[in-house]
Amino acid sequence: MPLLAMKNITKTFPGVMALDGVNFDLCSGEAHSLVGENGAGKSTLIKVLTGVYRQDEGEILLEDKRIQPLSPFESQRMGVSTVYQEINLVPELSVEENLFLGRQPMKLGRIDWKKIRRMAEKALSRLNLQIDPSMPLSSFSIATQQMIAIARSLDISARVLILDEPTSSLDHHEVERLFSIIRKLKSEGLGVIFISHFLDQIFEVSDRLTILRNGQLIETCEVSRISRLELVAKMTGKSIEDLKTAQPYSGKKGTNIGKREILKAERLGRKKDIAPFDLQLHEGEILGFAGLLGSGRTQAAELLFGLKQPDTGKIKREGVEVSIRSPQKAVQYGIGFLPEDRKTQGIFPDLSVRENIILAFQSKKGWWKPLSRKKQELITKNFIETLQIKTADMEKPVGQLSGGNQQKVILARWLASQPEIIILDEPTRGIDVGAKAEIESLIHNLCSEGLSIILISGELEEVERNSHRIMVFRDKVIVSELEGENLNLPNIMKLIAEGEANPRETIQA
Amino acid sequence: MKLKIAAKNIPLLATISVFVLLFAGSSFFLKGFFSLQVFINLFSENAFLGIAALGMTFVILSGGIDLSVGALIGFSSILLSRLIMDIGIHPVIAFAIVLLSGVILGTGMGCLIHFFNQPPFLITLAGMFLARGLGFVIKMEAMPVRHEFYKQINALSLPLGHTAFIPFTAFIFVILAVITWYISLYAKFGRNIYAMGGSEQSALLMGLPVRRTKIGVYAFSGFCASLAGIVYSLYTFSGNPTAGTTLELDAIAAVVIGGTPLIGGIGSPIGTVVGVLILGVIQTSIMFQGSLSSWWTKIVIGILLLAFILLQNLFQRKL
Amino acid sequence: MKPFRRKIRIPEQLIWPIAALFILLIFNFLFTENFFHIEIRNGKLFGSLIDILDRASPLMLVALGMTLVIATGGIDLSVGAVMAITGTIIAGLLAMPDFSILSWFNLPASFSLALCIALATGIIFGACNGILVSFFNIQAIVATLILMVAGRGIAQLLSNGQIITVQNDTFSFWGNGYFLGFPFTVFIVIIGFAVCWILIRKTALGLFVEASGSNPVASHYSGINIRMVKFMIYGFSGFCAGLAGILVAADIKAADANNAGLYLELDAILATVLGGTALKGGRCFLAGSLIGAVLIQSVTTTILTRGVPVEYTLVVKALVIVMICLLQSAEFRRMIINRFRKTGK
Repeated sequence: MPLLAMKNITKTFPGVMALDGVNFDLCSGEAHSLVGENGAGKSTLIKVLTGVYRQDEGEILLEDKRIQPLSPFESQRMGVSTVYQEINLVPELSVEENLFLGRQPMKLGRIDWKKIRRMAEKALSRLNLQIDPSMPLSSFSIATQQMIAIARSLDISARVLILDEPTSSLDHHEVERLFSIIRKLKSEGLGVIFISHFLDQIFEVSDRLTILRNGQLIETCEVSRISRLELVAKMTGKSIEDLKTAQPYSGKKGTNIGKREILKAERLGRKKDIAPFDLQLHEGEILGFAGLLGSGRTQAAELLFGLKQPDTGKIKREGVEVSIRSPQKAVQYGIGFLPEDRKTQGIFPDLSVRENIILAFQSKKGWWKPLSRKKQELITKNFIETLQIKTADMEKPVGQLSGGNQQKVILARWLASQPEIIILDEPTRGIDVGAKAEIESLIHNLCSEGLSIILISGELEEVERNSHRIMVFRDKVIVSELEGENLNLPNIMKLIAEGEANPRETIQA
Repeated sequence: MKLKIAAKNIPLLATISVFVLLFAGSSFFLKGFFSLQVFINLFSENAFLGIAALGMTFVILSGGIDLSVGALIGFSSILLSRLIMDIGIHPVIAFAIVLLSGVILGTGMGCLIHFFNQPPFLITLAGMFLARGLGFVIKMEAMPVRHEFYKQINALSLPLGHTAFIPFTAFIFVILAVITWYISLYAKFGRNIYAMGGSEQSALLMGLPVRRTKIGVYAFSGFCASLAGIVYSLYTFSGNPTAGTTLELDAIAAVVIGGTPLIGGIGSPIGTVVGVLILGVIQTSIMFQGSLSSWWTKIVIGILLLAFILLQNLFQRKL
Repeated sequence: MKPFRRKIRIPEQLIWPIAALFILLIFNFLFTENFFHIEIRNGKLFGSLIDILDRASPLMLVALGMTLVIATGGIDLSVGAVMAITGTIIAGLLAMPDFSILSWFNLPASFSLALCIALATGIIFGACNGILVSFFNIQAIVATLILMVAGRGIAQLLSNGQIITVQNDTFSFWGNGYFLGFPFTVFIVIIGFAVCWILIRKTALGLFVEASGSNPVASHYSGINIRMVKFMIYGFSGFCAGLAGILVAADIKAADANNAGLYLELDAILATVLGGTALKGGRCFLAGSLIGAVLIQSVTTTILTRGVPVEYTLVVKALVIVMICLLQSAEFRRMIINRFRKTGK
């Protein structure tokens, strides 16, 4: 009898089938990984389990009893606890208080702090955590805070523990510590659901894994029965045969790449984000960043655009060393950046299409040199036509446009700023197939006009199809560079899936 | 271990040392300043500010703000005068009515803030206009209270030797301070305020009663403000609809100087008491000094506020 | 169809305040005698409507600056205190009373010089707020609270706590004079609005203000210098408050450091929110804020002319705030719609 069983779970959102009849089960004493790329349905499944969403169809059984939690708090009381990447504790309060908030032991009508101390020490020692429970939570590392969150969940008699991307901001040693705790909990009979983007970790810690793609269950199997290559293939929707037959090098790629080295990075790196890397970008070239989510592909771009400051290395722009300390500087140096998260980092929902499009160009020019209204409208009209942005008129607030059109507006914003380099982070995320193809062909037109592009995508095919050269990311390290005949999907997959020669230590260096 | 605890309490220690420095400095430079009675008077003369500031402390700890406290003092004091003098109700019953009205106003504001997800700033601004306006509706100008009960209460004071005595207003302030301190440390309600101010999202996910806590905080502040109005009435033997004008600012300043930043989640009522005492020392020593004018109080408070905010900012960045 | 023809349309945010003002005016048209009566005496216009414009002018000016500050996602609590300071400075420099420390500066009693110094002071105080908010990353409400507390003290320090009365023709013209038949204050507001409009619509500052209030993260990603934008906007708010302080002082031909601009910051915030600019920032509606200011003054004037005791003004204001908050609240709308559906079925 499984500890937890989710049967035939279906959940739809307006226009999207987020989960389509998914089955999932978890045994006591088992660590079960949930894998899949963005939009696969992992987080929706977890949210159904923890009562954030209610499924349209299907049922959840915990120890053979049907449950229907209505809130995360209720699911916690039923024995299903979640520890998220962002810690849901109160940073200002002490560790012991965080462990017992809302369920403090009382004595004579007052909170019994002495008992809390004793109980806290007991709860922490269960996880072999030797810390002072009277210290504020914020004085500890994220890793320790996570353990404290786990300790809290365990103390509320958790039978199922969900770890949602717990390792993405941890270093090697911290991950090891977390894993030893997971093993300990398994031996105590808990069921652990583990979500991670790091294949190594999935293979290291879990007993079984379930693969989701586009809201559908692809496979549930024992970890020992699947190879990394197979796993990557199933996550990305390729058959293993596809991968084995390498497509011949088409030869038409990169016909008009200039010799001019437009951007160069030397040993650029930042601790915990991305190991030091070298990079060259030529005029009219599309350089692809391939890797799974959390592999460091976005972090590398952030260093190039001045969103984060590197610890090591330097950036050269056309051979001259430059210091890019802020996005403003990057814009001045002719770099554009289409961010990954359209909603929070990209669009200005209240502002009109016109304002959204001219914004980057205007900030490059400075506030005292405004573009005339006529010029603004000319630029906007031009981009609405060339990018085929579907909008009733250019004064419509961008928030009212569809996702694909919003993405085109942000792309237009950067193109309008007349950059020489543009970094596209997941340019086709969350937009429909037609719009995807349009954006891809647009990318090619741009580079044939001499624009240099860095293309980041979790969809490996997309990177493979569109790039002249590819840098492959794995676990925050650039593991290889592919070009010419070597640039094909099987090679990329192999590099991403490879785990034996793990150079993770280089990050610590 | 000892050092660690000190690190956690740096803002409070800074507040206390500023108070000690100010008091010592004033004692050194001003003749006759250093006496027990002057120290005790800091409590009694600032009692209604202190009482309102204690209520404000909970609101700010929870991550909100309450602009209505000053106006509520004016409203409560004039309502008392009318109830006792014109209607002839016994003061004790009048006190109950006033406290109830303060709690009702606070609860109402809390409900609007919570249920309709509105900014506390705007809602308590409306509360301030309402309380001030109703105060004027009750009576346009100040009105004295003459009642035996008032005299009896005012006669209650604890002599300390031959040189000093503790007036009853100081008692009320100190008792309320002890109660709020107890709530903040030993009641679930108090700890929930801290949790909510630290992270409302986390508090919700931990299953804490966010709704009850949020509304309760404003209700408590309304209670404290109307209690402050009662103390004002007892202290001055009168009610005045303009009483407590801009007092909400002093209360906020006392809370912030007392080591409770406006972001919420950190601080304590003890700090607020010291903050009120600091404002009191500044005012008293400027009065004692004689040649300096009263506006220096505001300027010095402003400078202190700036210093404390910059200090807290620095401290937060280190965390 | 012409390719670049711009449609003039009223944003939906402006409909509420305009409608409220309209209803109020109709109410007065029907029930208040002589409310719409405008008389011409010696080529000057007199009447309730003119009076409303005249009296609302300081609030309108302050509301302009406040609107931009709120649009960046901030708030400026110090405007009332800044008004007291600039009013005291201009009055002190013109009258040079012995009790004021302003008389230490041996300056000629020139109106234009005093005006410039007073306005510059307003801008400097506003810029100080800007420094705290943008370079020290202090919450706007906290940063401006400091000056709100200390500012009135500074004004009292400058005036030595006394009311400074001024005999200066230009100065009193600013407060009480008439130009082209209208009160001169109206023209000051027009000038203030024009400066604001040029700053916002003729440079790209307005776009940056609205962008940084609408989505600060995306603004950062788009290369906008948010700090600079905020710094300038707080400075501009100081300028607006300074000008308003001068008008208030000119109106009574005296500077009253205790009461000038008292609680005006709250009215200005109210006028801004009434005018459709959301407290969380984003789109700003300068015209809306002006309408909001006129609306607030109209309520006061209506109450006065209808013989309702003046003390009810505050109660009415309180109700108006709650109403506006509820109308803008998504939760409230949902509640009403649900109720409506239930009874409909």
